[in-house]
Amino acid sequence: MLLVTGLGLGALYFLLAAGLSLTYGLMRVLNFAHGVFLTVGAYTAWTVATHVSGNEWVRFGLALGGSLLVGAVVAAAVELTLIRPLYRRHVEQVLVTVGLALALTALTQGAFGADPRPYPSPGWMDQVTLLGGATVPNSRLAAIAAAGLVLAALAVFLRFTRWGTIVRAGVENRQMVSALGIDVQRAFTLVFALGGVAAALGGALAASYFGNIDPQRGGEVLIFAFIVVVIGGLGSVSGAAVAAGLVGVMQQFANYYFGVWWGFSAAGDLAVVALLAIVLLVRPQGLAGTAPA
Amino acid sequence: MTALLTVGDLHVRFGQSHVLQGVSFEVPEGGVTALLGRNGAGKTTTLKAILGLVQRAGKIELGGADVSSEATHRIVRRGVGYVPEDREVFSELTVAENLRLAVRDPEPRYQLVHDLFPELGRRAGQRAGTLSGGQQQMLAIGRALLNQNRILLIDEPTKGLAPKVVGEVVEVLEQAARTTTMLLVEQNLAVARRLAATAVVLDQGRVAFAGTIEALLEEPTLARRYLGVHG
Amino acid sequence: MTRHAVRAAVALLLVGLAVTPFLDVEVPGVFAHSLARPGTLQLLGLCLTFGAVALSYDLLFGVTGLLSFGHALWFAIGVYLTDIALTRWHWSLGATVLFALAAALVAALVLGAVSLRVTGIAFAMVTLAFAQAGSILVHKNPGGITGGEEGLGLDVAHLPDLLVGVVNTRYLYWIALAYLLVTAAICWWLVGSRPGRVWQAVRENERRVEVMGLRPYAFKLFAFAVSAVLAALGGTVYMLLVGGASPAITTGSLSLALLVMVVLGGAGTLWGAIVGGFLYQYLDQRLVALASSSVVAGLPAWLRAPLGEPLFILGALFVGLVLFFPGGIAGAVTRVRLPRRAA
Repeated sequence: MLLVTGLGLGALYFLLAAGLSLTYGLMRVLNFAHGVFLTVGAYTAWTVATHVSGNEWVRFGLALGGSLLVGAVVAAAVELTLIRPLYRRHVEQVLVTVGLALALTALTQGAFGADPRPYPSPGWMDQVTLLGGATVPNSRLAAIAAAGLVLAALAVFLRFTRWGTIVRAGVENRQMVSALGIDVQRAFTLVFALGGVAAALGGALAASYFGNIDPQRGGEVLIFAFIVVVIGGLGSVSGAAVAAGLVGVMQQFANYYFGVWWGFSAAGDLAVVALLAIVLLVRPQGLAGTAPA
Repeated sequence: MTALLTVGDLHVRFGQSHVLQGVSFEVPEGGVTALLGRNGAGKTTTLKAILGLVQRAGKIELGGADVSSEATHRIVRRGVGYVPEDREVFSELTVAENLRLAVRDPEPRYQLVHDLFPELGRRAGQRAGTLSGGQQQMLAIGRALLNQNRILLIDEPTKGLAPKVVGEVVEVLEQAARTTTMLLVEQNLAVARRLAATAVVLDQGRVAFAGTIEALLEEPTLARRYLGVHG
Repeated sequence: MTRHAVRAAVALLLVGLAVTPFLDVEVPGVFAHSLARPGTLQLLGLCLTFGAVALSYDLLFGVTGLLSFGHALWFAIGVYLTDIALTRWHWSLGATVLFALAAALVAALVLGAVSLRVTGIAFAMVTLAFAQAGSILVHKNPGGITGGEEGLGLDVAHLPDLLVGVVNTRYLYWIALAYLLVTAAICWWLVGSRPGRVWQAVRENERRVEVMGLRPYAFKLFAFAVSAVLAALGGTVYMLLVGGASPAITTGSLSLALLVMVVLGGAGTLWGAIVGGFLYQYLDQRLVALASSSVVAGLPAWLRAPLGEPLFILGALFVGLVLFFPGGIAGAVTRVRLPRRAA
């Protein structure tokens, strides 16, 4: 049961980390505002869900769709207005995302209040399923399924579509991609938007997962997403997937067992930090990264 | 002969070092122009500057159009093929994907490329990173020949290759030169002599000589001073 | 402005700062009360303190080029260790300060040794992770030592009488000023001599430093340790000024705020960081007052929401800053100065 909960948490991390990893790999931009995309997704889902009546699954579907759409639009807008003008100035790009994260989180707080708001999920989400002798909350299963779908979709995109091939080439050498006559910046916007969609999806699902939405959650999950990205290897989606699962499971196990044995329930979070330190010392390029020249 | 490519007063700076100090020359249409000079003279930088891959100041005209401030991909779309110094194939992509990515024309010349480089056809599904140096060079050149470019910018295509492979590459380039203008950077004087009619020599970021290759080689002191001992 | 004019202006400013507690002057709009009042002095003291902490971060980020997202950790160590030693262990002030600085130094050397094994984004992530670990430790309150979510008050029993009580705020103010002067002296001295030159070289091109036969790692570690200890000292001063420790200062927000301060002032210029830190802290305090004021409450709802959140204004300002004034305040000043020089 801990395994599934861990994977569920890992699924949320992956949804955020996938976009982050691709964005960094292709654009060398570390997007601190990525957590905001999660928040945007969560609050859009909430807004739709609380204003639509009818069948709870229809409501859920519309909320999800709305959050994906808004996530894509917001992410694309951010890339076009803030990231693109700072092309090649990587430090400034990071800084601008920091400012954006501060401003948008505060804006959400101002508009919706700082307190968590309960999220109306379909009843099924709150129920449990019997799986291999353990009871597993369905919301975790939903998260894992979603992450799996996103992973598959990204894999298909990267391998079989032209823009996917462009992204893979660009992660390796974006200058050469330009030198082939391809407008790399369009790939940037695309990747950014995809990241926004994945993050928004994460936000909408996290709403069911935690039962509520709050303005700070994006930032909280983001830190772990960063760690997952570094452990998995910057630029690698599959690396991020493996690392996300690893981190999520480890965190759950450590939190639980140390909580039970020593009453210290933050051990999981600390363990994740320790894992990051170890990975950086032993294999700084991450699980799937290429060794530094 | 009209000039297909004109470079006027090109300046490139990297931090404190002034790598190109007012480089000007012309590449006539329909021939091969060799860009020569010792290591560090600025040859690779010149090619990159023409393509807009590095920040530069100066004037660049391609086929009569001023491309001095155009983005790289737009310049390339005007019909420029580029074979960089270190080949720069995408190692994680297959040979076929590498080629496909380079396609711009509605009817790419796959047949031509496969005739010239049968190895590429045989290794279509292989990851480019696992190819030998010579094979990667074939891929890099093949990539540039897929489209009917107006000009090819080629940077040291024979560097680090076994003599036999050098011969093959030179034959391919000779064939390509019949239909496309070329600006060829080469350290190997013999190769340059075989392929090129005109030459531009760079020395410490400036143009030290521009004229026919025969004129350059008739002055052994020039050749030795600007090119080191080669060929 | 000639060098002499600048020096004269700075000297005048320092004298002015030193005598401020004696100036019973009102500055309407800028401060709520007269300069000599404890409330104003505390605010000024905080601004000076953060100016110095920002300076310590500029040494790391602006001069050496090491983007750390965990600088608040050192500040927090200063705050919490001082508070814990005074309040829980009942040590004297002198011993406490020495302890806090020593602990910060040791921690910086250890964590720095690990973090500096990587560069760039990976380095930033490690520093973020370590700071996060520190924040978790404080929140989880092992053994009840840190006071957890509620923070820790200050037991003033072992403080010299001169520093206790609202009437004596001026002495805390002067301590803050002294801290800033000490930090500035150290930073300027280091940057002007060999370590500073190597640091700047590391920022530009680390490989070239290796080629010169120097070990960038050692110099980076040195910068890391110095900036950490200076920040920890700032934490001590802050704790005295505020009279306690709260977990809010351990969060990533403070590290990000330090980054904002340095960029606001102009990274790498040293004096820019002081101005940036001072200004940021001032805005932070005053914007909170503004946000809860009647002015904002009277605005239409769609304006009230964003403007009522000080972080929104700061974040938006920062975005604008990065887009349009990447050189910060120092950059803008240089732009104004330059045409005059050329003339």
